[in-house]
Amino acid sequence: MSDGLQELYQEVILDHNRRPRNFRVIAGGATQEGYNPLCGDRVLVSMAIDHGVVRDVAFEGQGCAIAKASASLMTEALKGLTVAEAQERFAQFQSMVTSAHDEPPADLGKLSVLAGVREFPTRVKCASLAWHAAKAVLDGAPAAPVSTE
Amino acid sequence: MAADTVPAVETAARAASIREEFPILGIEAHGRRLAYLDNAATTQKPREVIDAIAGYYTTSNANVHRGVHLLSERATAAFEGARDDVAAYFGAAHRHEIIFTRNATEGINLVAQSWGGRHLAAGDEVLISAMEHHSNIVPWQLACERTGAVLKVVPIDDRGALDMEAFGRLLGPRTKIVAMTQLSNALGTVTPMAEIIRAAHDAGAVVLVDGAQAAYHLPVHVQALGADFYVATGHKLYGPTGIGVLYGREALLDAMPPYQGGGDMIASVTFEKSTWNTLPYKFEAGTPHIEGAVGLGAATRFIRRIGFDWIAAHEADLLAYATAAVSAVPGVRLVGTAPVKASIVSFVMDGVHPHDIGTVVDRMGVAIRTGHHCAQPVMARFGVPATARASLAMYNTREDIDQLVDALHDVRRVFA
Repeated sequence: MSDGLQELYQEVILDHNRRPRNFRVIAGGATQEGYNPLCGDRVLVSMAIDHGVVRDVAFEGQGCAIAKASASLMTEALKGLTVAEAQERFAQFQSMVTSAHDEPPADLGKLSVLAGVREFPTRVKCASLAWHAAKAVLDGAPAAPVSTE
Repeated sequence: MAADTVPAVETAARAASIREEFPILGIEAHGRRLAYLDNAATTQKPREVIDAIAGYYTTSNANVHRGVHLLSERATAAFEGARDDVAAYFGAAHRHEIIFTRNATEGINLVAQSWGGRHLAAGDEVLISAMEHHSNIVPWQLACERTGAVLKVVPIDDRGALDMEAFGRLLGPRTKIVAMTQLSNALGTVTPMAEIIRAAHDAGAVVLVDGAQAAYHLPVHVQALGADFYVATGHKLYGPTGIGVLYGREALLDAMPPYQGGGDMIASVTFEKSTWNTLPYKFEAGTPHIEGAVGLGAATRFIRRIGFDWIAAHEADLLAYATAAVSAVPGVRLVGTAPVKASIVSFVMDGVHPHDIGTVVDRMGVAIRTGHHCAQPVMARFGVPATARASLAMYNTREDIDQLVDALHDVRRVFA
């Protein structure tokens, strides 16, 4: 297998694809659907926000390994952050998966496993889908399904 | 049938030599031999098509049908010569029954709007199938919205074959047009088009055949088939993008209003009233895609030189080989197993999304398509969001299939 593929499909990603974390809908939470009609990936992000803090994040849906793992890792990354911190994390994540940097920003921790997506331009939209849905909730602007295509 | 009479070894040797005629197939993909198996999306172009386009620009380029100078005469001759080539390729009775369009989609939209606008009324029915490409669904939905006609859909069975009993039931006195694919791009199903057309004509309906996929795998003779309208696209016929073909029977086209207005399609223009040019120009407003037509003409000559006896035999042999090899990969399930198929092996793999399959095999030099193939109703029918699809053309070889199967085993290893 090529190096690029090993970089893309790291063990952490394969694990989150097989066993996605927080794969559920939060009762009473704010929700936002993300849908990429061209590839059929669909995600429903739900979030419980209390006094400006993200108390809980979850997702449901279907998609490729990159879309599912990214959504799963996102739920872990955003939980406990303030809304402002979560919005900042969104911006950092977007920068990581779209930038041409050789090294991902150091402070993204576990999310850095998704940096390999940069080498696969057609897959950036997969990694970004759940994040854009989360962003809509964080911005308090849930709407028609968001898309990253 | 020819498929049974040409030995596999002979077809393989010829395919390998035909592959040499396609310059792009010699490049490497991610450092590997390129196995191009996304032909249902678009085919690659042989040297003689590329040369025809370059030759047009280096010796003949001008606008058509209006200049009196040398180059305009050459351009017109090249453009109209291409129409003759295409008319011969499809077996049209008259050259003016060939309308150049942008693609198959535009051909269907032209008929849905122009013919549909004149012939469809509230309560009339348009009959399509459950395996149509979006381009043979949406134009009819738009026509139905405008006219009050109703869209009816012939179901398919679990193999992806057309339910001919249901077709017989749905075809009735209200059916004004049957618009159906001859070869499903998502499933590979070949529909019994001659039978469909006979039944439709008996019921008083006209038939539009979507030949976007069929026209480079099966010999098409619109008169023998009895088609009223037949659409195809150049870039799947080993020709350029941006050029397509609508064949229509003369009497039908003559009675239809223009689709778009502009230059070339008029006989006379005053501010009070304009009159229309004769066929085919009535439907070709504006400067046409001249080099596209020239390239398409060359492509049809190329295909006829190779010949459908050999093409059909080779592709049938390769499809059987690919079907057996791909379905033998653990966890793989084929989507589309109709008894009469061509070119297409659509499949899903347990626990692996098609996009991940596509990305992994791409790195192994194998180009396939993943997604819904612009046939979302087909995906819904089979309960999958998407499939991976390998699609064959005349230049593919068993080596391409072996490369795909090796790559699928890599996919298994990554996602085990």
